[in-house]
Amino acid sequence: MAETDIETPVAGRAEPPAGGHGGLPRSRRVRRVTGGDRVVVGLMMGVPTLLVVALVVFPAIATVVLSFARWNGIGGLGTIQWIGTENYTNVFTNYPPFAPAMEHNLLWLAILFFLATPFGMFLAVLLDKEIKGSRFYQTAVYLPVVLSLALVGFIWQLFYSRDQGLINGLLGTTVDWYGDSKVNIWAVLVASSWRHVGYIMLLYLAGLKGIDPSLREAAAVDGASQTRTFFQIVFPVLRPINIIVLVITVIEALRAFDLVWVVNKGRNGLELISALVTQNVVGEASRIGFGSALATIMLVISLVFVSTYVVTVMREEER
Amino acid sequence: MSTDTAAPGTADVDIPLRAPRKLTLPRVVLHVFLTIIALAWLFPVAWAVLNSFRDYGYTSRKGYVSLGGWTLQNYVDAWQRAEFTKHFLNSVYITVPAVLLTLFLSSCMAFVLARFSFKFNLPLLALFTAANLLPQQSLLIPLFRLYRAVPLPEWMSDSGTLLNSYWGLILVNTAFQTGFCTFVLSNYMKTLPKELFEAAMVDGASIWRQFWQVTLPLCRPPLAALATLEVTWIYNEFFWATVLVQSGDKFPVTSSLNNLRGQFFTDLNLVAAGAVIVAVPTLVIFFALQRHFVAGLTLGANKG
Repeated sequence: MAETDIETPVAGRAEPPAGGHGGLPRSRRVRRVTGGDRVVVGLMMGVPTLLVVALVVFPAIATVVLSFARWNGIGGLGTIQWIGTENYTNVFTNYPPFAPAMEHNLLWLAILFFLATPFGMFLAVLLDKEIKGSRFYQTAVYLPVVLSLALVGFIWQLFYSRDQGLINGLLGTTVDWYGDSKVNIWAVLVASSWRHVGYIMLLYLAGLKGIDPSLREAAAVDGASQTRTFFQIVFPVLRPINIIVLVITVIEALRAFDLVWVVNKGRNGLELISALVTQNVVGEASRIGFGSALATIMLVISLVFVSTYVVTVMREEER
Repeated sequence: MSTDTAAPGTADVDIPLRAPRKLTLPRVVLHVFLTIIALAWLFPVAWAVLNSFRDYGYTSRKGYVSLGGWTLQNYVDAWQRAEFTKHFLNSVYITVPAVLLTLFLSSCMAFVLARFSFKFNLPLLALFTAANLLPQQSLLIPLFRLYRAVPLPEWMSDSGTLLNSYWGLILVNTAFQTGFCTFVLSNYMKTLPKELFEAAMVDGASIWRQFWQVTLPLCRPPLAALATLEVTWIYNEFFWATVLVQSGDKFPVTSSLNNLRGQFFTDLNLVAAGAVIVAVPTLVIFFALQRHFVAGLTLGANKG
C-alpha cells in the first residue's frame, strides 16, 4: 500500500545523533530552519511538555518523595521530617481500612476482568457480524459510556435505595443496597460493570473491524468453525487491542473512585485505595506523608500496567 | 482508521460465504439475546427518566412498581434546589477553555512530533501517553499543595490561589487530556503526505504557517472526534472538581448533584430529575455526534 512509502524518510533515525545541538532537527528535509522557526518549534513542544511535567510528572515524583516524610502540610517545606519507611509500616500494620481497600480493588479488577471485559468482547464479536439492528444494539450497550461514573451512582440509586428502590419494591426486601457493608460493594460493581461493558465492546468492535476479512474467509474455506476461527485466528491477531483492553480494565479498576465517593465517600464497605488517599488529604486530618504512601502504592501498581501499555503502543508506533 | 478499512479488496473469492439472511434458529436466538441485553442496558436510564416525571407523594403511597403521578415539578424543583443555572455556567467556564486549550496544545505538540524526527520524540510521546493513564489520586497530594501555594491575582480567582479556582481545574484537565490527544493527532499527522510541507517550505512558509494554515485544516476529522470526546470527558470529570474546588458555588454540574440529597431524607424522584438534567448535554452529544464520539474513542486504541 502507498502509505508505507511515506514512513520511509524516518530511516534517518538509524543514523548516529548529530550531537547535542539543543534539539536541532536532523531530518534532511528541513534544510533551513530560521531562528524564528526554532523559537516557534521550541514553544510548540515546550509549553505542553512544561504543563504535563508540572502537573503530572512532578506531582508523581513528589508523591513518592513525600511518602517518606511526616508533614502536616500546613507549615513550610522546612517543617518536613524524614522518617524513612514508617508510613509504609503504618499503612500495612496499623491502618484497618487498608486491607479491605486492597481487597475491594482486587475484587473490582476481578469482576471487570473476568466478567465485564469478556462480556464486552463477546458482545463485540456478536455485533461484528452483519445483523439487522446491529446499530440499535450497539447504541444501547454503549449509551452508559457517555455518562459520568458519578452520575451512574445516582442513576443506580433508584434501584438500590432501601425505601424508594426498585429492587426492594419488586422483591419485598428491605436491604439498603448502597448502605449495607455486606452487599454494597457488589451493588457498586454491578453499576460499574454496566458502564464498562459498553466501553470494552466499543474498543473491541473497532479492533475487529480492522481485521483483514480475507483472514476469516480463508479460515472459513478451510472449514474452521466460527469459534475456532475466533480463538485461533482473530484473537491472536488482535493482540495489540487485547493488551489495550487489558490495561484499560486494570486502570479502571485502580482508578475507581467516583462511584464510591458519591455513594458514601468510600467508607463502610466501599473502601478503595483511591478513596483512602483522598480522605487523607481533604478530610479532617491531612496526613500528607501517610496519604502519599498510599498514593505511592497506587502509583507503583499502575506504573506496571501503564508501562506495558506504553511499550505496546510505542512498538506499534515504530512499525 | 481509514488505512485499515481500505484494505478489503478480495474480489477473487466469489463464493458467497454468508448465506442470504434466513430466519434460522441460531439467528432468532441471537436476536432475542441481543434484544434482551439492549433493553437491560437501556433500562436504568429509562427508569431514571420515567421516575423523574413522577410525583414523590404518589410513588411513596403506591410504591415504585406502579404507574401514574405524572408531573414536571421535579424538574422545576431540581433546577432550583441544585442551582443548575449557576453550575451549568461553571461547567461551561471549565469545559470550553479546557477543551480548546487541550486541542491547541496537543496539536502543537503532535505537529512537532510528527514533522521532525528528534531522537527524543518517542520517549516524549511515551511520557505523554503515560501521563494520561496515571490514577489521578496518586498525584493529588503534591498537586493540592502546589495549587494552594500558587497565588493568583484577585481578578483571576477570588480565592487568591489556584486552589478553588476555575483556572486550576482548566489546567489540570488540560494537562491530563493533552497526552491522549497528542497521541491521536500525531498519528494522524504522520499520515499526511510530506510533499505538502515541502511545497510549503519551498514557498518560504514559516513553521507556524505550515502548522496553522497547512496542517490544522487537514486535521479536521480527528479534531472533531477529539473535541466531542473531550467535551464529554471534561464535562463528566468528577475527581478534580471534588478535591480542588471547595466552595460549593464553583462546582461544575456533575458535582452539584449532591445538593439534591437531603441530610436525612432524599427524594429520589428529584434526584432522578437532576440526573437527567445533568445527563442531557452528554446524551445530546451522544446522539447528535455519535460518529465522532465513537471515532474518538477508538482512535486512541487503533493505530492511525
